[in-house]
Amino acid sequence: MTVIPFDFRPGTLVESAGVSIRILMPKTRLSLRARTAAVPAISRALGVAVPEKIGQRASGEGANAETEILCLGPDEWVLLTDVEQVGTITAAMDAIYKEHPHSLVDVSDREITVEIFGDKATDLLTLGWPRNPLSVPIGEARRTVFDGASVVIWHDSETSWRLNGWRSFMPHLLGLLVTGCRELSAE
Amino acid sequence: MLLITCPYCQETLPEAEFTYAGEAHIARPADPSSYSDEAWRDFLFVRSNVKGAHFERWRHFHGCGRFFNAVRDTVTDRFLTVYKAGEPKPDLAKLLEDAE
Ligand SMILES: [Zn+2]
Repeated sequence: MTVIPFDFRPGTLVESAGVSIRILMPKTRLSLRARTAAVPAISRALGVAVPEKIGQRASGEGANAETEILCLGPDEWVLLTDVEQVGTITAAMDAIYKEHPHSLVDVSDREITVEIFGDKATDLLTLGWPRNPLSVPIGEARRTVFDGASVVIWHDSETSWRLNGWRSFMPHLLGLLVTGCRELSAE
Repeated sequence: MLLITCPYCQETLPEAEFTYAGEAHIARPADPSSYSDEAWRDFLFVRSNVKGAHFERWRHFHGCGRFFNAVRDTVTDRFLTVYKAGEPKPDLAKLLEDAE
C-alpha cells in the first residue's frame, strides 16, 4: 500500500505508461459569493468576463493571464490566481464593495490540486467518479463527488485533467488514484 | 442509483451528488407561540408519507450547493418534475397527466 505523505510537496506522485499524477504548485484560491446583478461590475473589476453558467470558466489576459475563474453555483465562484495578483484583486473588489456587497475569502490553504494526465487519464477518473467524464466539455469544470469526497474536476484537454479537493480528503483520494494508476498500467 | 436533474445546473446527474432533505412546502409558522401543542407537533413531525407522487426537497450537495424541489413517485422512483426553491408548487393533476 502506498502511503500518501501529508506534506503534499509539489511534484510527480506517480508515473506510468498510461497516466501520471502530479501535485501542482500552490496557487491562491479565492472563494467569491455575490448576487448575479453584481457580475458585470465584478467582471470590470477583475478584468475577466465572469461566467454565469455553472461549470463554465474564464481566464484573464496579459498581466491577468494566470487568473482563472470558475462558476460553481448560481451565486458562487472560485478564483485561482498567482499570489502576486492577490493585492490587486482585493483592492479592485474593495472598490466596488459598497455598491455590490460580496464575500471574497482566501481559501488557498484548504485545498490541494493535482494534475492527472496521459492517454488513460479519463479512464482513471471513472474509478471514483459516478458520472461520465466526457459529459464535462474540455475547457469546463464541475464541483462533484469523487469516492465520497467533494472535489472540483477541471477538464483541460483530451488527456489532461485537474482535480482539487480539501486537504484532509487528499490522502484518501490520492491513495485511490495511485492504486488506479497501477491497475491501469498492469493491463 | 437514481438520476436527478438539478434545476440550477440543468444537468441530469447521479444521486451520489445529492442529499435528500424531506418533504417540501412545509412552511415554518410565522408565529410559533400562537400554536397549540398539537399544531406544533404536526408541524415538526407529521408528514404526508404518500404512496405515489411526493413533493420533496433535495440539495445538490456535491455540486452547486442549492436546495430545490422535486416530485417523485415513491412507488416507481420516477421523477415527475424538479423546480427551483421558491417557485410555486406545480399542479399535480397536470403532472400526472403529462407523465402518462
Ligand atoms: Zn446543481
